[in-house]
Amino acid sequence: MLEQTMSNVKVVEGSEAVALAVKGCRPEVISAYPISPQTHIVEWLARMMANGEMDTEYVRVESEFSAASVISGSSAAGSRSYTASSSQGLLLMTEVLYCSAGMRLPFVITGVNRALSAPITIQIDHQDTISLRDSGVIQFYVESSQEVYDTHIAAFKIAEDPQILLPVMVCMDGWILTHSYERINFIEQEKIDSFLPPFRPANFLDVNNPKAWGSYSEENVLMEFKYSVQQAMQYGKKRITEIFAELARITGRDHGGLIEAYRTEDAEVILLAMGSVVGTIKEAVDELRSIGKKVGLVKIRCYRPFPHEDIWEAIKAAKVVAVMDANFSMGSEGALGMDLKSKLCGMRDTPLVFDFIAGLGGREINVKTVRRIVEKAEEMLNKGLPLSESYWVDLNPEILP
Amino acid sequence: MNGERGANKEALFVSGHRACHGCGLALAVRHILKATGPDVIVVTPTGCLETFSSPYGYSPWRVPWIHHLFENAPAVASGIAAALSAQKRNNVRVVVIGGDGSTFDIGFGALSGMLERGDDVLYICTDNGAYMNTGGQRSGATPTYSSTTTHPVGRKSMGKPQLKKDLPAIVADHGTPYVATASVAYLKDLRKKVEKAMTYHGPRYIQIDTPCPSGWGFSSELALEIGRLGVNCGLVPLFEMENGSLTRVRKIRKKLQVTEYLKAQSRFKHLLQEDGSEYLKELQEIADQNIAKYALITSS
Ligand SMILES: Cc1ncc(C[n+]2csc(CCOP(=O)(O)OP(=O)(O)O)c2C)c(N)n1
Ligand SMILES: [Mg+2]
Repeated sequence: MLEQTMSNVKVVEGSEAVALAVKGCRPEVISAYPISPQTHIVEWLARMMANGEMDTEYVRVESEFSAASVISGSSAAGSRSYTASSSQGLLLMTEVLYCSAGMRLPFVITGVNRALSAPITIQIDHQDTISLRDSGVIQFYVESSQEVYDTHIAAFKIAEDPQILLPVMVCMDGWILTHSYERINFIEQEKIDSFLPPFRPANFLDVNNPKAWGSYSEENVLMEFKYSVQQAMQYGKKRITEIFAELARITGRDHGGLIEAYRTEDAEVILLAMGSVVGTIKEAVDELRSIGKKVGLVKIRCYRPFPHEDIWEAIKAAKVVAVMDANFSMGSEGALGMDLKSKLCGMRDTPLVFDFIAGLGGREINVKTVRRIVEKAEEMLNKGLPLSESYWVDLNPEILP
Repeated sequence: MNGERGANKEALFVSGHRACHGCGLALAVRHILKATGPDVIVVTPTGCLETFSSPYGYSPWRVPWIHHLFENAPAVASGIAAALSAQKRNNVRVVVIGGDGSTFDIGFGALSGMLERGDDVLYICTDNGAYMNTGGQRSGATPTYSSTTTHPVGRKSMGKPQLKKDLPAIVADHGTPYVATASVAYLKDLRKKVEKAMTYHGPRYIQIDTPCPSGWGFSSELALEIGRLGVNCGLVPLFEMENGSLTRVRKIRKKLQVTEYLKAQSRFKHLLQEDGSEYLKELQEIADQNIAKYALITSS
């Protein structure tokens, strides 16, 4: 542990923690459009600028589509760039994000998780950011405001790594994290500055070295372009782990690598989840452990690239993995469940994997919910039921058609 | 792609690109860059220009050039302008060169945002009156009664029934300090307008009529001639608006009837059949209204 002076510990709103992390990273260009529950983040940033605490170009656009486009342009021009959005706004950015990942334009986005219409709601789940999982954007999911603060600072360094050069999205649950107050340990500016030097890309839009960006390509090169993004993702696994570790050495706070394995050593049942629900799951795991149940948790911190090697190490001795998905691919199953099953397929002696859909549109997940999921997983394990369909937790049959 | 630059102003958009023979747009681009000089970053939305000028591995651009999507060039340009300002690269300016489809239609929201914010971007719309890159479908810029592939002439259709969107007026209403229309038929005038636009700061808009041999249906050596006919019949008024007021127009010396312009292009040929006279009259009225509105003819 490093010694903590009182001056860098403060109780702040999650959104302010994000804004302070962004400020600490000294972006040259920010562009954003408001949507609940992202609004406080962009308002905090605007306030800091209005008060002269931050020297950044802030482009207040007319849509999320333009916000993502503005920071794509500024990134190409060689400026560290940032935006934040949520839900419908993230979907409106979709076309831009695929394109910018393909063009290897690094920037950081806070993806404030909120469900997608219809029905319209401002309640949370992960459907919005999960819908962007194939885009080439690196995705992190966080459990707490401290983790969201630290992860943003790592995110810029990861995005701008010369061998990665991809957008990075830090996904945080709306309301639960954005609007709650937590005690945050802040990192001194000098330490951030030495961890994250100014963005100086080898290529940028430069009149002294004119190049063409975003060319038209055909069957002779497109596959190689796409494969190079996959290579960056693969390389990213190693580099992200290193960068997280480097930051942990500076802060004295270790949130884990690509995953965090929690009490998994001798676990028979392992829950797999991501986001703020992980805190609740840890509590449930502790309770179940105290009554002798061998239960553990794997928290996904980095969802894209998908850290299946690390997950495998943590789950290989278990009997069953209960995946908790706060998203659903209509006509199929939850994304995390699909990801894990596809990676285990073809391996020998794997645990059974059951996919649970829980917490859509803000449906509460408490310790009891988690215990019911564990019981259900055990029951299916004992019956030897292979479950190919997801199990929807806590559906109310009375209001189903 | 690397390339020598700066030595010769004419060499900022070089030959070897894949535009159709006689393309008005390619000609316009060469002259736009002559007028801007080398210290610009060009943003091009998806469309003919992007397609014919950027097959991977080749580039006629001797200035930094970026294509991102069809509908976001104004926002990408705003982002570049913001970065240039943050980096204090004050000698470099941003120019968008985009088609009418991206400008009038799909990218209109982003354009409006860019104008309203006052971002330092010169936006040039190369107007060929349809979505040419995808085969000549209608756009908000397609002239009335033009036949397009999504509004073709048929037993129950005389082509596009709506008016062309008056985008220069809409842009001017945003408080845009410099708005102009130009034509590749008058290259000196075009270059002068680009040069003038470069002296302003904030958003600027120039709409250039760029005849398209394959889309409009005329033979490829006639692009400039068709451009001239359009201007001189009044259907393509050339003017400048500075800070909201009309400050200069290109006068028509010898007024032509619209039929002179229409009959030279197969997109209008249905109007010259016997059931077309009503429609011709309407188009003549549009031209006459332009002539009156912009005072294109000096009464002597
Ligand atoms: C979102 C989206 N919709 C549609 C297209 C297909 N598309 C590509 S270029 C184009 C038309 C371009 O027309 P315009 O802007 O007038 O340029 P031109 O090719 O005529 O110069 C269309 C419809 C696309 N690339 N992206
Ligand atoms: Mg067009």
